[in-house]
Amino acid sequence: MASFTLKVNGKQHQVDVDPDTPILWVLRDNIGLVGTKYGCGIAQCGSCTVHLNGNAVRACVIPVSGVGDAEITTIEGLSPKAEHAVQQAWIEHDVSQCGYCQAGQMMSAAALLSQNPNPTDKDIDNAMNGNICRCGTYIRIKDAIKTAAKNLS
Amino acid sequence: MTLIRTKHNRRSFLKVSAAAGGGMVLGFNWLVSCKPAAENVVEVPKEWFNINAFVKIGDTGLVTIMSPNPEIGQNVKTAMPMVVAEELDVDWQNVVVEQAPLDTDLYTRQVAGGSQSIRRGWQGLRMAGATGRRMLLEAAAKQWQVPIEELTTDKGVIYHKSSGKSVNYGEIANSAAQIEVPENIELKDPKDFKIIGKPTKNVDGPKIIKGEPLFGLDIQREGMLISTIIHPPAFGMKIKSFDASEALKVNGVKDVFRVDTAPEEKEWSDINAFPELIAIVADNTWQAMKGKEAVKVEWETVTPGESSEDHENALEKAILSSADEPARKDGDPETAFKNAAKVIEKIYSAPFLPHNTMEPMNFFAHVTADKAELVGPIQTPESMRKSISSLLKMPLDKITVDMTRMGGGFGRRLYGNFGLEAAAISKKMNAPIKLVYSRADDMTQGTYRPAYKITYRAALDENNNLTAFHVRGAGIHGGPVFANRFPAGTVDNYLAENINVESNISTGAWRAPRSNFVAGAEQSFLDEVAEAAGKDPIEMRLALFERAIQNPIGDNNDYDPERYAGVLKLVKEKAGWGKEMPGVSRGVAAYYCHNSYVAQVIDVIEENGKPKIKKVWCAADCGIVINPEGAKNQIEGGIIDGIGHAMYSAVTFTDGKADQENFDRYRLIRLREAPMEIETFFVDNGIDPTGLGEPSLPPVMGALANALYKATSKRLYSQPFAQKDIVMG
Ligand code: FES
Ligand code: FES
Repeated sequence: MASFTLKVNGKQHQVDVDPDTPILWVLRDNIGLVGTKYGCGIAQCGSCTVHLNGNAVRACVIPVSGVGDAEITTIEGLSPKAEHAVQQAWIEHDVSQCGYCQAGQMMSAAALLSQNPNPTDKDIDNAMNGNICRCGTYIRIKDAIKTAAKNLS
Repeated sequence: MTLIRTKHNRRSFLKVSAAAGGGMVLGFNWLVSCKPAAENVVEVPKEWFNINAFVKIGDTGLVTIMSPNPEIGQNVKTAMPMVVAEELDVDWQNVVVEQAPLDTDLYTRQVAGGSQSIRRGWQGLRMAGATGRRMLLEAAAKQWQVPIEELTTDKGVIYHKSSGKSVNYGEIANSAAQIEVPENIELKDPKDFKIIGKPTKNVDGPKIIKGEPLFGLDIQREGMLISTIIHPPAFGMKIKSFDASEALKVNGVKDVFRVDTAPEEKEWSDINAFPELIAIVADNTWQAMKGKEAVKVEWETVTPGESSEDHENALEKAILSSADEPARKDGDPETAFKNAAKVIEKIYSAPFLPHNTMEPMNFFAHVTADKAELVGPIQTPESMRKSISSLLKMPLDKITVDMTRMGGGFGRRLYGNFGLEAAAISKKMNAPIKLVYSRADDMTQGTYRPAYKITYRAALDENNNLTAFHVRGAGIHGGPVFANRFPAGTVDNYLAENINVESNISTGAWRAPRSNFVAGAEQSFLDEVAEAAGKDPIEMRLALFERAIQNPIGDNNDYDPERYAGVLKLVKEKAGWGKEMPGVSRGVAAYYCHNSYVAQVIDVIEENGKPKIKKVWCAADCGIVINPEGAKNQIEGGIIDGIGHAMYSAVTFTDGKADQENFDRYRLIRLREAPMEIETFFVDNGIDPTGLGEPSLPPVMGALANALYKATSKRLYSQPFAQKDIVMG
C-alpha cells in the first residue's frame, strides 16, 4: 500500500492503495465515483473512459502510480450540472438503453469535441471505435455527437 | 370507454397496508430519496398517500408510480408507468418513477423475458391507474356532494364544470386513499390517450448522463467486502484441489474458500455448469482480482471436453438423420418432393454466443443468521429468491431480492447463479459482500445461445409454385424449429423436425431464443426459393400469406397472416421496393416472434470496394405503441445487435475451453460497422400492445444475408458472415 494524491474533477483526493491498482478501481472503490464503469479490464470496450489532462483514456489499464499530478475528469465531473453539450445531446436523442456503456461513450465524445469541434463522420467513427455498446445505440450516439458539435459552435 | 371489473389482479389495487381504520397516511422512508427532478413542476410533498400498490400521490400533486418489472434496457421503467399515468390521468411531468420491490402477490409477473412485460402488464397497469382515478373522483364527489358522473379530470386535476370547482389530486389524495376499491372501473377509449403514443424520454436518462449509481456493480455498503470467483476453465471439469497460500499473501485478501452453490430444489432458472467455485474475498475489487490470479487450482475432468469440431460433426450428423417424431406434418411431403420439378436444398449454421451484457455478472448479498438481503441485476427475482431459500435453507419471507437497473440482460440474467454465489459467500464470510465477475468469468460461464444447424428443402412445380416445404433443425439442448410458424399453413405438404444434440456446455435463452437463428436461415432460404422460382421475394411471401388468409392448411398456425403481410406491405411501400436504385443492393426479410411482426429492407452500398450498410427500413406491428421513442430505440438496438452477431460474433471451443474470453478475441459490432441509418414505421391498428425487446433482431440476419448476396453474389450460410465470406467497409 502507498499513499497517492489524485486530482479528480477539480478536487484533491488522498488514497491509500496498492500502486498497481488501476485508476478505474481507485475511482470506484476508494473515491466512490462509480459513474466510470468496468466492462473488460483490458482497454477493449471503453466503458471505463475518463479524461487524463483532457485526453480520453481507459482507466482500467492505467495504474494509480502512473497518474502523478495529471488531472482526472470522470463523468461526474464533466460539467457541474450535467450541462455539457454532450450530456444535453444524449438526453435530446434519448440515446441510452441499458445505459451502462454511456458514461464511457460520453467521455470519448466529449474528448473528441474538445479537440475537434467539427468532426466528420470518419472522425466520429475513429474516435468512438473503442467504445462498445451491446444494446446497439450507435446511430443515436453518432447523431448526438453531431448535435453536440452544432450546439458547441 | 370500456367498463371492466377489477377482479383480475385485484390484490394489486387493494391498499398495501391495513393501517388503522383504513386511513392511508403512510410515511415511506424510502421516498425521501424520491425528489422531483428539475423538470417536475410541483414541490416535494410532505406527505404521501397510498392509493394502491402502483400509485402514491403526494400532497402537492406529485405522483409516484411503481414500475413493477426488472429494467434491462428495454425501457419498461418508462413505458409501464406511462400506462398507469394515462389511466390515472396525470401530467407526466409530475410523475416520479420508482422500481417496485419484489412482491408477486401485488405485481404478478415481475420478470424481464420473452418481450412480455408490456403485453402481460397492459391490462393490470391500466386498471391500476383507472382504479386510482376512480377513487379520487369518488372522494371529490363526496366532498362536493355532486354526482360522480359530472366530474372530469385532466392532468391531475378534478373539475366540476357547473359549479366551477376544481381540486388537485394532491389535495384530495388523503380522502381518496380511504375510499373502498371500486368494483367496476372505466378504461379510457384509446383515442383519448394523451400519454400513450407520445414520444417519452427514458426516465433514468438524466441519472445515466450524470453517472449516478444505478447498477448492481455500483452498490457500496458500510463494511462491504468484494468477492471474485474462479470457475472451472473448461466445461466438463471440476475442482480437484487448490492452494491459496500465495493468494492469502496478497494485500487485502481476507479468505479463499471452496463454495457449493447448487440449491437442493432447482428452479428452471438454475442452469449452471459450474455450481462449485473458489471464492476470493478481499477489501476491494483490485485486491480480489489479484488474489484470484494467485490461487493455484488443480482440476479434474468429469466429462470429456468438447471442441467446436465435435459440435459441428454432431450437428451435421443430426440434420442428416431424421427426428423420431416430426414436430408437424401436413399432406404428403415425400411424394410432393418426388414429383417436384425443382428442389432447392440448403444448410445454415450458427455458433454458440455468450450474452456479453456490458455490465458483467455481479450481485450484492448480506446473509445473517436470520435473514438474507440480496440486491442486484436479475431478470427473474422471484425465482432467485426461491433458489436462495433452498440453498440457505431459510424461509422465503426472510429473503429480500431488490432489483437494480441492469447493464443489459439479453436473457443472461434470467439465470441467477451469481445471486446464489453471492449469498453463499456472504454466509461463509458473515459479512456483506459484492460478487464481481471479470469479463473472462462472464464470457466463459456458459448459458450460451446454442450452436445450431438447419436444413431447408423446398419443392417447386413446373409453374414455380411452392408444393412442399421441409425444415429439419438441430441444436445443442434442443432443435430450433417452431413447427407452427410460417411457412406452416401456407404449403399443402409440410414437414418440420427438431433434433436435440447433447453437450456438457450449458445453454440458455439469448435475445429471441431460437428465432435468433431460424429467422435468418429461413428468410435467406426463401430468398433463394424466390430466385429459383423467378419471383420477387416480397410478392412470393405475400402470395403465401394470401393463401394462409384464404385457405390455411391446418388450424394451429401460430401467426396472423394479415398482420404478417401488413408489415411486409408497409416496408415495401416505405422503402420503395422494386424501384431501380443504382449502386444499392437490397435484401428483405420478415418474421413474427414474441407476439410482434417485423419486416425489414436493408440497403447495402459499396465503399472503397467493400459492402457497407447504408440504411435499414423497418416496419413493425406491435399493436398500440406506448412510447414511440423507446420503441424505436428498441427496434434500432435489435437491428444493430442482430447485424453485429450475424456478422462478427462467435465463441468456439477447444477441449471444453472457450477460445474467446474477452473483447480482444471476441468481436462485438462497433460504431463504424453499424448501419448509417435506420428508419422505423409502426402499423397503427389499435390492437393491444405486444413487446419489442426482441422482435427486430431475428429477421435482420436474413435481410442482411439477402442484401449481401445482391452486393457480392455470395450466398451466406454460416454465421458469423465476416469470418470467411465477407469483409465489410
Ligand atoms: S473496462 Fe476499460 S476498456 Fe473495458
Ligand atoms: S446502452 Fe446498453 S451497452 Fe450501451
